[in-house]
Amino acid sequence: MDLRVPEQEKSFREEVRTFLQESLTDDIRQAGKLSTSVFAPVEQAMAWQRILNDKGWAAPHWPKAYGGTGWSVSQRAIFAEELVRAETPPLIPMGLHMCGPCLIGCGSEAQQQEYLPKILNGEHFWCQGYSEPGAGSDLASLKTFAEKDGDDYILNGTKIWTTYAHHANKMFALVRTNRDGKPQQGITFLLLDMDLPGITIEPIVGLDEVPEQCQVFFDNVRVPQKNRVGAENDGWTVAKYLLTFERGGQEYAPGLNVMLEKIRLMAEKQQTVSGPLKNDPVWQHKLAALEADVLALEFTEMRIKSALSAGKDPGALSSMTKILGTELLQKVTELRIETLGSQAVIWQPQVLVPGADQPVIGPEYAMTAMPHYLNSRACSIYGGSNEVQRGIIAKAVLGL
Amino acid sequence: MNFQLSEEQQMLADSAKRFVRDHFVKSSDVEKHRQNKKLMPLDQATWQQFAELGWLAVPFDEQHGGLGMGVLETMVLLEALGEGLIMAPYIATVVLGGGFLRRASAEQQAQTLPALVEGKRQLAFAAEEYERVFSLENTAMTARVNGSEIVLDGTKACVMNGDQADQLIVLARTAGQPGDRGGLSLFLVDANADGVERLAHRTVDGRQGAEIRFNNVTVPETACIGALGDGYALAHTVLMEGLLALSAESVGSLSVLLNETVEYSKTRKQFGLPIGKFQALQFRMADMFIAMEQTRSLLLAATLKTAEGHDDAAFAVHAMKAQLGRAGRKIAQEAIQIHGGMGMTDELGVGHYVKRLSAADGLFGNADVHLAALART
Repeated sequence: MDLRVPEQEKSFREEVRTFLQESLTDDIRQAGKLSTSVFAPVEQAMAWQRILNDKGWAAPHWPKAYGGTGWSVSQRAIFAEELVRAETPPLIPMGLHMCGPCLIGCGSEAQQQEYLPKILNGEHFWCQGYSEPGAGSDLASLKTFAEKDGDDYILNGTKIWTTYAHHANKMFALVRTNRDGKPQQGITFLLLDMDLPGITIEPIVGLDEVPEQCQVFFDNVRVPQKNRVGAENDGWTVAKYLLTFERGGQEYAPGLNVMLEKIRLMAEKQQTVSGPLKNDPVWQHKLAALEADVLALEFTEMRIKSALSAGKDPGALSSMTKILGTELLQKVTELRIETLGSQAVIWQPQVLVPGADQPVIGPEYAMTAMPHYLNSRACSIYGGSNEVQRGIIAKAVLGL
Repeated sequence: MNFQLSEEQQMLADSAKRFVRDHFVKSSDVEKHRQNKKLMPLDQATWQQFAELGWLAVPFDEQHGGLGMGVLETMVLLEALGEGLIMAPYIATVVLGGGFLRRASAEQQAQTLPALVEGKRQLAFAAEEYERVFSLENTAMTARVNGSEIVLDGTKACVMNGDQADQLIVLARTAGQPGDRGGLSLFLVDANADGVERLAHRTVDGRQGAEIRFNNVTVPETACIGALGDGYALAHTVLMEGLLALSAESVGSLSVLLNETVEYSKTRKQFGLPIGKFQALQFRMADMFIAMEQTRSLLLAATLKTAEGHDDAAFAVHAMKAQLGRAGRKIAQEAIQIHGGMGMTDELGVGHYVKRLSAADGLFGNADVHLAALART
């Protein structure tokens, strides 16, 4: 057990930096800078994905055979760190981090061949049809029904909190195919086109005034049965496989480290009657507590990635990083608004639209603080609420 | 000791509650907030209603058309209005602006207060500055004395109601350094005076404010409220009243957030049960309740101690504002979490109350600032 970096990886950071310097456009950088959500502005995030894909770097976490990079865990960590350091917009996760890994693990060869390349190159933009108005934390109670009809299923029902459904051309969805027995046993995992007749999409405006989420309605929507992943009524197994990736595959620590560094710079600029806020012991204490938590998370995430790349199922550990990552993100955004005081009260979402070129009131570094704080409250709700994650740990790890 | 409202106070509370019920029923209120996606002119009709109901007259002397009431009545009124997310600039105009003017010279009072009480004058207190953690003594903006005139130079940040105000009360330094209580002065400045530049912006809670730049703005020395260079005590007194009002309004918002969350938990079903039946959530809602009641207790402590002129009134005000920040954060976050995705939408009232509490914490020193002030008091 050691932390030594192999010789060949030492030059890797330089290689990544050089690539970033050469390939990042101003437009993409600006979108990264203005991003106040896990879900970056679509146009620039997709442009960035295409650039990365041309280099073969869009999905480092995928197996090499399917278009991954074959990097070691530490190389992947370096890469993730350099991306956030350069303030690139985060890649939109539904295809690369959810549907892709899921198809790699559970899809047929035909499905893998059809979909994986288009996930990588961005031709397919995926959204996730899981939650329903009556099925949130209790996801297995979902009701959207898929009735068999010839070679098709006919879908009726509704999905909600479908991130970026209004930008998507594909959806992976959990639907009910059997109403008898345990709720988990009658669920099927389907892939469908968003332009099918009978689909209506209604964007939902969030607290940050951005329509990031949607409700999607299905009215007799015809989906071919060949678009099923896994066996009929066995979609819950597929979903659980995917959730492990959704929760465990994400790296929160690099982004949190960068945010903390920037908050320190902001605190240098804020003057108290006895000098910069950065030197205030109470403020320092708060920052230090977060730094300690983030360092711990960084290593917890490394342990999980290391298990994943050794082919082990990190299982409930991924619930732990989901809780830690999201709640630390919330605390970091909170420290930022505490550092900025009334400057964070100024509300100007119009300046955060990439390319809008609107004048900013107050220090530029303050403009994202409040929208990001508000938006980050969703992180402990989505992807299986943190209450659900704690339940998983209690049950699966502690045997309670 | 008696925590009962007087008959007069009860009437004031009832009229405010009725107003909120009639004019700001939850849905239409939220609708108003949702529509407020751009800068809006002052809602003159609502403001006139405030005048007709006598609310703009609350703290002023009868000779200026006032009702001669105090901080207790302001608390009662604002707590009731806080349940309705009102956007009207009551605190900026009546509590802060009015707070300075009713302690100003007889001439300044006569020129301003009758119009204010009638709803024809808007005010704002320009105190905060960019990149300066708020406290009165941390003021850096300068005003220089030039014969019988004063020249103001500098920028004020996040001035609540600064975009709509007819007159500004500007806190500036005529002597000393940031950190000194001496050398602070207060000036009554026409918001449209030469050299005043206002950049209006929305604030997170659905209200409006402005960055206000003073480019060599010249005012006569008679524009000074109180003695030149000796404005700290006055500013402190008025600020304390402003903090009481802001907290009273916020307690109204806290109680709505708690009630809506508890009600939602009774109707939202998951795993075959209303989510309020899960002990994990029950404990958290119990903690929300405790946090709200503690805030209410500190509001009463601070308001009563201020009304009666106790020595430790300022200590209690700092404790209250700190508690408001901390309890507000906790209750807001739990309210969203327990509402789930719905709590994140612009559609439901929850998020709008959350935003109001975020603004209340950020303005005039957040919880950290007031805990530090409390430690020094």
